[in-house]
Amino acid sequence: MATGNRTVEVELSTTGLDAEGRPQRVPLVTNDGGSPVSITAPDSLEPELSGDHMLINIGPQHPATHGVLRLVLELDGETVVRCIPHVGYLHCGFEKIGEYRQYNQIIPWTDREDYLNSIGNNVAFALGAERLFGIEITPRCTVLRVIASELSRIMSHLVWLGTFCIDIGAFTPFLWAFQERENIYNLLESWVGARLTTSATRVGGMAADIPTGWMDGLRQFIRNFPRTLDEIDRMLTRNAIWVGRITGIGVMTAEEAINWGLSGPMLRASGVDYDVRKDFPYLDYETYDFDVPVGTNGDVYDRFLVRMEELRQSIRILQQAAERLPDGPVNIDDPRIILPPKSKATSEMESMIHHFKQVMEGPRPPIGEAYVAVESPKGEKGYYMVSDGTSKPSRWRIRPPSFINLAAIPKMVEGHLLSDVIAINASIDIVMGEVDR
Amino acid sequence: MTDRSQLVSTGSALQGAAAPTTSHNVLHRGGEPNPSAAAIASRFPGAVVRSGVMWGETTVVITSSSIVEVMMWLHDDPSQQYDFLSDITAVESRDFEEPIEVVWHLRSLPYRRFLRVKALLEKSAALEIPSVWGIWKSADWMERECYDMFGIRFTGHPDLRRILMWEQYKEGFPLRKDFPLRGRFSRAEQLRQALAQNPEAKYSMEELSIADAFEDLPAEMRQRLRTGERTGE
Amino acid sequence: MGLTAQPETRTVSYEPQNQEGWVATRLDFLVNWGRANSLWPMPFGTACCAIEFMATAASRFDLARFGMERMSFSPRQADVLICAGRVPFKLAPIIRRIWQQMPQPKWSISMGACASTGGMFDNYAVVQGIDTIIPVDVYVPGCPPRPEGLIYGIRMLQEKVMNERRVDNRLREEMNPDPSSQLYIPPSVIDELGEPFGNSVHQTRSAP
Repeated sequence: MATGNRTVEVELSTTGLDAEGRPQRVPLVTNDGGSPVSITAPDSLEPELSGDHMLINIGPQHPATHGVLRLVLELDGETVVRCIPHVGYLHCGFEKIGEYRQYNQIIPWTDREDYLNSIGNNVAFALGAERLFGIEITPRCTVLRVIASELSRIMSHLVWLGTFCIDIGAFTPFLWAFQERENIYNLLESWVGARLTTSATRVGGMAADIPTGWMDGLRQFIRNFPRTLDEIDRMLTRNAIWVGRITGIGVMTAEEAINWGLSGPMLRASGVDYDVRKDFPYLDYETYDFDVPVGTNGDVYDRFLVRMEELRQSIRILQQAAERLPDGPVNIDDPRIILPPKSKATSEMESMIHHFKQVMEGPRPPIGEAYVAVESPKGEKGYYMVSDGTSKPSRWRIRPPSFINLAAIPKMVEGHLLSDVIAINASIDIVMGEVDR
Repeated sequence: MTDRSQLVSTGSALQGAAAPTTSHNVLHRGGEPNPSAAAIASRFPGAVVRSGVMWGETTVVITSSSIVEVMMWLHDDPSQQYDFLSDITAVESRDFEEPIEVVWHLRSLPYRRFLRVKALLEKSAALEIPSVWGIWKSADWMERECYDMFGIRFTGHPDLRRILMWEQYKEGFPLRKDFPLRGRFSRAEQLRQALAQNPEAKYSMEELSIADAFEDLPAEMRQRLRTGERTGE
Repeated sequence: MGLTAQPETRTVSYEPQNQEGWVATRLDFLVNWGRANSLWPMPFGTACCAIEFMATAASRFDLARFGMERMSFSPRQADVLICAGRVPFKLAPIIRRIWQQMPQPKWSISMGACASTGGMFDNYAVVQGIDTIIPVDVYVPGCPPRPEGLIYGIRMLQEKVMNERRVDNRLREEMNPDPSSQLYIPPSVIDELGEPFGNSVHQTRSAP
């Protein structure tokens, strides 16, 4: 084979040429000794076809990739021999922009990054910023943030449920799930004014307190939601087609899952009971009575069951939070960090100066760094902020659970059929806004 | 079916410890350090540059050359068991004299501990640091992202190429502080370069299994592939 | 884009001897009515707007009333490209190619602030408006636009479709910029105009 006249010219960063001048094949899987293991089709297929694999490109524009994900599959017939995911098609420079925005101005960006868990991201960022500032929030704010986080978890799992069902082929649960989301949208809209991109928290408190009558709406939602959940459960959980499609595929054992950095329902379905709310608690989650569902097999069906059960546990937490919501102020009492109420800002000189300083310059934390992780519906979501004493962070890092969960997809889809690839991809529950940031 | 008795349960290595609670009124500096910091210092005497506690989190700064052995020990040693690599990232300070810090966030699920390990990379030298892919597979994409955003090369990484920007991206490394927010080129030039990237020519060599069968393709198709021409349309 | 302004290019004259006949106007109406009420969308959904688009297609706001429930993810069977969400530079050639793969007659809706102008992402990574890449018929502002807003934009597009005429087919032709026109801006001047400017990378002028 002529070595000089190679082929499609692609500029690569590192992969070089081997001794014969051919581009080096980079193995994706190595055995324990570190030497590469070549991936071959299962023995049931004829071995002489192994040189005749087909390269298929899924995405980035595709209904089932949950956003702009590109999967390049090397197929042997319909069995996947290798899968190479390409991400970055939604990379919008969040972390770079964070270095040019004050802490309160970053909050709208946290909405757009994982847009299914927008209010949960607001809460996570506010917790991180408050750790950096050294602020303790009020009890009422703590409970409101728990309510917000759990509502956000329900919202995210409902989208996951709807799109997962569509990928497998069932269309109706999508409509049911989105109808329930509309109920939550009504609640969020009356609270913060926006349905999806809420920007509900501020450093030191919330953007707004709940309006009167909001708790009745929440209680009504808590009463009605389990009925829809039961209906979806009845339709899917013991359905022969459903179980047949998704059992036994995409298995990750517990050790693999931990080593690949999976978190959230992906990790728990593999049998590891790591939940940030229980193990590194925040917002007084240790005082709530809830269970963390843990699977056994680590396959797609277990992930489905884990997320369905998490929906029920979220309702449980919401109920307890609704009962214990204390009265009192939502925001802390520090005028250097929280904007003073408008009536004071327009009448008192001191409040006006505080208002001016905060809007023009923004509150400044002490020099330091903080990493705060919360349990987002996708996994361990963390915001790592480094402050150099100015009002804009010197580094804002998002620890993206979807990005890290997605990295395991080549491992999970080897040897599976093409339609299983779609099911496994859906079971990871990725949001490309978070994968690419 | 995974054997439940073999599985890691978070906190399983703790003997009779209290259930974790939300931390309140965390101190800015000082406070109870993670015992792993002292353990690293005693086990690898020359490796630790400094360590401290900030807002309740322990940070250990080690030398770049000792990374692989320290990380391997943190992962394997039964008294440490940092089995979960949470994050790898890099921080560049607004002060241009300061080195770039590469940051690893480690969690020990059996001991319920969190540790931040840092290494400093002087900007005057090449930005190279050993990869921990051999220890935690989750390092794969995280190190690629660090390379893409900062230009830090992780030696020993199997496939270090850009992940978020396209492979032929010419403007540089976006998260560096000398990279302007809106990029180095004009908007028109950025658009021109973006439209010129040929999505199908971006298959990396590892994907081109057909590269083996390249010689079997007809001559004119080979010619077209050689020039990066798109197929179809 | 500079279009030529010479009188000999195609113009539609409404002189009595050139008037469209009654049959032609009824045919126009029929064709446009059919097209407007069965616009099959190609949902090029990237980010948060895609979720609001899905909510618009779901039961409460129901796009099926407008004949748009059949989402065609293959551009070759689609009528209207709804770009819902931010488009980074890496995705730019893909949306361009998707647009080229759609057969005429085709329209496009730029849904949301990010698709229309780049939105809040004025940085190195995001295309500042997809109209720099593909022609856009309707812009729907919002971040994300409410489903009612998107439906208003769809109704605007339907009005636009209803006003097309078979006789004047300039809309269906893709024209190249004409260097001799007054409106033409040469690439070097575009580069100057489009350069990143210095100090406004900070949201406020105050010291960091």
